[in-house]
Amino acid sequence: MKQTIVLALLAAGTLGMVSAQAADVRVMAANCAYCHGPDGKSQGPIPSLAGLDKGYFIQQMKDFKSGERPSVVMQKHALGYTEEECRKLAEWFAAVK
Amino acid sequence: MAFNRRDFLKISAGAAGAATLGGLSGCATPGARAKAKVVVVGGGFGGATCARYIKIWDPGIDVTVIEMNDKFVSCPFSNTVLGGISDMEDITHGYDGLKKDGVRLVKDEVVGIDAAKRVVKCKSGATFNYDRLVLSGGIELRPELIPGFDAAAQQTVMHAWKAGPQTATLRKQLEAMPNGGVFVISIPGMPYRCPPGPYERISMVANYFKQKKPKSKVIALDTNSDIVSKKGLFMAAWDKHYKGMIEYRPSSKPVRIDAKTRTVVLDVEDVKADVLNVIPPMRAHAMTAAAGVRNDNDNWCKVNFTTLESTAVPYVHVIGDSISAPTPKSGSMANNYGKICAAAIVELINGRQPDASPVITNTCFSATTGHTAIHVAAVWRLEGDKWVTPKGASGVSKEESEMEWAYMTGWAKNIWADTLNL
Ligand SMILES: Cc1cc2nc3c(=O)[nH]c(=O)nc-3n(C[C@H](O)[C@H](O)[C@H](O)COP(=O)(O)OP(=O)(O)OC[C@H]3O[C@@H](n4cnc5c(N)ncnc54)[C@H](O)[C@@H]3O)c2cc1C
Ligand code: HEC
Repeated sequence: MKQTIVLALLAAGTLGMVSAQAADVRVMAANCAYCHGPDGKSQGPIPSLAGLDKGYFIQQMKDFKSGERPSVVMQKHALGYTEEECRKLAEWFAAVK
Repeated sequence: MAFNRRDFLKISAGAAGAATLGGLSGCATPGARAKAKVVVVGGGFGGATCARYIKIWDPGIDVTVIEMNDKFVSCPFSNTVLGGISDMEDITHGYDGLKKDGVRLVKDEVVGIDAAKRVVKCKSGATFNYDRLVLSGGIELRPELIPGFDAAAQQTVMHAWKAGPQTATLRKQLEAMPNGGVFVISIPGMPYRCPPGPYERISMVANYFKQKKPKSKVIALDTNSDIVSKKGLFMAAWDKHYKGMIEYRPSSKPVRIDAKTRTVVLDVEDVKADVLNVIPPMRAHAMTAAAGVRNDNDNWCKVNFTTLESTAVPYVHVIGDSISAPTPKSGSMANNYGKICAAAIVELINGRQPDASPVITNTCFSATTGHTAIHVAAVWRLEGDKWVTPKGASGVSKEESEMEWAYMTGWAKNIWADTLNL
């Protein structure tokens, strides 16, 4: 069984496969770019996300969801993502140089 | 790492998918394989974004964008050009950023697609082979569906529903119109590009009249039975800022138009304009028909939402306004569908499984005056083959505000940058 899997992977040329989850966060984070700029680097009055502290980011997403932090658009967007996804997004943006 | 039987089946499916890629088949070692070729038709919000993100996520893929215009002219903010708040220069951008990303840009018009041979044909005679094709040519307007809107009429009656020379001409007509004149706009039935767009245009023209030609009027002839987007917010803005200046008439489908007298003939009456703006019905652009993918009633294109691949023809992906979807036809959506498509193409070309449950979001801002705006926003998650909005993850502004005008300008800067690498 194990050997067959390796063969299947070889045939597909996918040894060293990027985990599907890493790809997910990348695309999910890209969802934010039309407002926050590519890689979260904003050119206008919408705040940048690039390099934000992870803990701060997670707290903001929570507060947008609950309404604790009043927002124009972010409550609707934040409510579209799970807690786990917000954590991953926070990690992704914190890592942007 | 322990594999179970399900993982194995998934991997095998991925391998089978990769093996069927023409040009790649037979190559077991990734380093030795021929470069996979992706051809993108159209460098608008969908196509440019998709091309750019394929290059970002896998620089090894050869990406060509074929675009017939020299420059990108943004429909978003074209209504403020009509209102005299911005000018054509503000909404016009170059394609140099895409080239910096390593995307090959070809200025040509695609005139034919042979999906069996996987070849795209251009007006110049040039042809391009592809492993995967992305169609993002936007919309085909259909003036022929309105009697009287013939070639001669199209010289003087603008649609301005594709930003460019039409926008500039309509602005000139508004500038030349005397104080006391009447601007008539005819709105097509849903679905059409940018649901709030016509109502934003009404606001921007009224804003211009209020400042420069206060005796003038706007008459809106809507084919729909009601305002289709942000109704309460638009009505509040019209009442607050443009009282008595806007006449909105629902269920007013044009029977025919007379360009010489600038008249729209309705069932019940004739409406005469000084400046006439007719937005005809529309469908997916002609190249989707050429590729055989305009399979929703010959109007729009049905796709698999995990990959944006056509349900009719393999290796052909369709994004942006052309697709048949419950999501709105907006620049924000085209930009994000472009990324879902890019990610899926990268996965498929590398023999991996595309994400089975992507998330997509929309936000459309609309200007209500020269310094206030409103928005509608929503998040959708793919569950099976249905887009589902989580509880609370959609809605509109509480009220118009100057803050939203600022965010709207920020959105424009960032979506242009994200689409074109500005
Ligand atoms: C007045 C107005 C206001 C709008 N405001 C907003 C807004 O505020 N927010 C928002 O999100 N959306 C807005 N939109 C909607 C937005 O413009 C569209 O949804 C978006 O442009 C769709 O992207 P697309 O890639 O499908 O098509 P497009 O952006 O139209 O791109 C299509 C490209 O393909 C090219 N092309 C077509 N056929 C060929 C061919 N055969 N060969 C080569 N090239 C070809 C065209 O030249 C064009 O560059 C507005 C639209 C209008 C009309
Ligand atoms: C429609 C535009 C838009 C989209 C899309 C959007 N945002 Fe925002 N974001 C804003 C605006 C505007 C603010 C300021 C708060 C407000 O008024 O909504 C903000 C604020 C934030 C903040 C707080 C920043 C700070 O410095 O305090 C975070 C964190 C954030 N957004 C995360 C995200 C993430 C993650 C996504 C994508 C999943 C996203 N946003 C998508 C417009 C947007």
